[in-house]
Amino acid sequence: MTENLNELLRPELLQYVILPALIGGTAVAVCAALVGVTLVLRRYSMIGDGLSHVAYGALCVAAVMQLAPLYVAMPVVMAAAFLLLGRGESGILKGDYAIALFSTTAMAIGILVSSKAGLVNDVSHYMYGSMLALRPAEVMLCVVTAVVMIAAFVLLYHRVFAVTFDESFSKATGIPVRIYNLVIAALTAVTVVMGMMLMGVLLISSLIVTPVLSAMRICRSFRGVVIGSVCLSVLGFVIGFLIAILMDLTPGASVEVVSVGIFLLCCLVGKLKGAE
Amino acid sequence: MTPLLDCKDITVRFGTNTVLDRLSFPVERGDYLSVIGKNGSGKSTLIRCLLRLCPVTSGSITPADDFSRRDIGYLPQQSGIQKDFPATVEEVVRSGCLGHHKILPFYTRADKLEAEKNMHRLGICQLRRRSFRTLSGGQQQRVLLARALCATKQLLLLDEPVTGLDPEVSAELYSIIHELNEQDHIAVIMVSHDMEGGLRDARHVLYLDGTVQYYAPIEEFRSSGYAQHLHTDAHLREVYDDRKSE
Repeated sequence: MTENLNELLRPELLQYVILPALIGGTAVAVCAALVGVTLVLRRYSMIGDGLSHVAYGALCVAAVMQLAPLYVAMPVVMAAAFLLLGRGESGILKGDYAIALFSTTAMAIGILVSSKAGLVNDVSHYMYGSMLALRPAEVMLCVVTAVVMIAAFVLLYHRVFAVTFDESFSKATGIPVRIYNLVIAALTAVTVVMGMMLMGVLLISSLIVTPVLSAMRICRSFRGVVIGSVCLSVLGFVIGFLIAILMDLTPGASVEVVSVGIFLLCCLVGKLKGAE
Repeated sequence: MTPLLDCKDITVRFGTNTVLDRLSFPVERGDYLSVIGKNGSGKSTLIRCLLRLCPVTSGSITPADDFSRRDIGYLPQQSGIQKDFPATVEEVVRSGCLGHHKILPFYTRADKLEAEKNMHRLGICQLRRRSFRTLSGGQQQRVLLARALCATKQLLLLDEPVTGLDPEVSAELYSIIHELNEQDHIAVIMVSHDMEGGLRDARHVLYLDGTVQYYAPIEEFRSSGYAQHLHTDAHLREVYDDRKSE
């Protein structure tokens, strides 16, 4: 461990690997927690998982056709998100089976295409993310997205609350619910694609769901849950990431395990608070 | 004076299924209209039409000049809201004000005062910091009613407001609604299964049952055959339920 530590403190490693990963990861953790609140509360917890599989399929196709991965994945995931979330309560493709259908279909296409082209190894790093190989441009993208996301949530906060809490009432009072659904779908798509670069297909949904569940245990207001899940998400990411670096583990998995630890702790705190 | 809402020949079809057939009735200012009918009689569809959540196939719903259908305060059925949603009472009540602003991202001072007034009106001020999910059914209905009042000054639309509440709490809720109607002159449209409470304070009744569509003042309705029919029906159902529970 001390060897590891000494090696880690090498300035070039800090500057080119660890710092970018920390910055990018924190940014994605913030985004995931923000969209996570409305997704979890509307019972769309599996959407992150579903969309990340769609993204995986798109990335495989991109790799085979030698296109820039991000430019292919982003529109495809965006389209899938619109179809799954944009229709709100009235969609034909509604609920968990639609998500299951989308994710398995995309995954299957991705596997077919990449195995035919013999690229399975090339695309497998999307499974686990590549947190330690972020390029400066990608870090910038994460940070810019996080800033946009925070701004959007501050400005739309009350309406996001209203639409999440009671869609029919919001529609009846004249809030353009469809537009908000589309905005939330777009933000979710961006978050998932970026989260996939970092955490990988298998773990992005943990970043979206776990912090929100933790915050719901200890906060009673919507505002509390939003702020709480952002804080807990960042906390879980930073601790999980540092442990992964120090002990040479897969960062994404380590972050999730730490997040679940935080969740259990929050359950306990919630119980104690409730018992008072 | 023109009615708040004038419904003329509303017809709603889903495919070949006609749910509402040339239904006409007015909603007068300060009226208390009770909509009764069995499951599947088109009550919910009517509500959705009035709220513009569902398009009418033909016919028209015309609001008075000084009224817009956005100004309807809506109390949805309880089932629509999630039981574990983290939100304080204050957050829920204030969200009723959002319809007044097109793009303004925050609540104005007037919104907050309005929410305050309505929480006071319904006696839930002391609950303001409590989480909505921890409240009893009756308290939750009061909170949602306060939210609906933030959205309207003129017309409340209540969808099965007492479902799932025990008789005492139901009676309380009915008398609150009665007060809002009498003292604040807010028109009420109430959809209800509950014959007794649903008709107690009503001024007009709209009775829907398949092909029958009957709109009348309450006195007239009471002496009509429909009321009798419904009573027998309710009575039979009670007997049946009793048998079943034995």
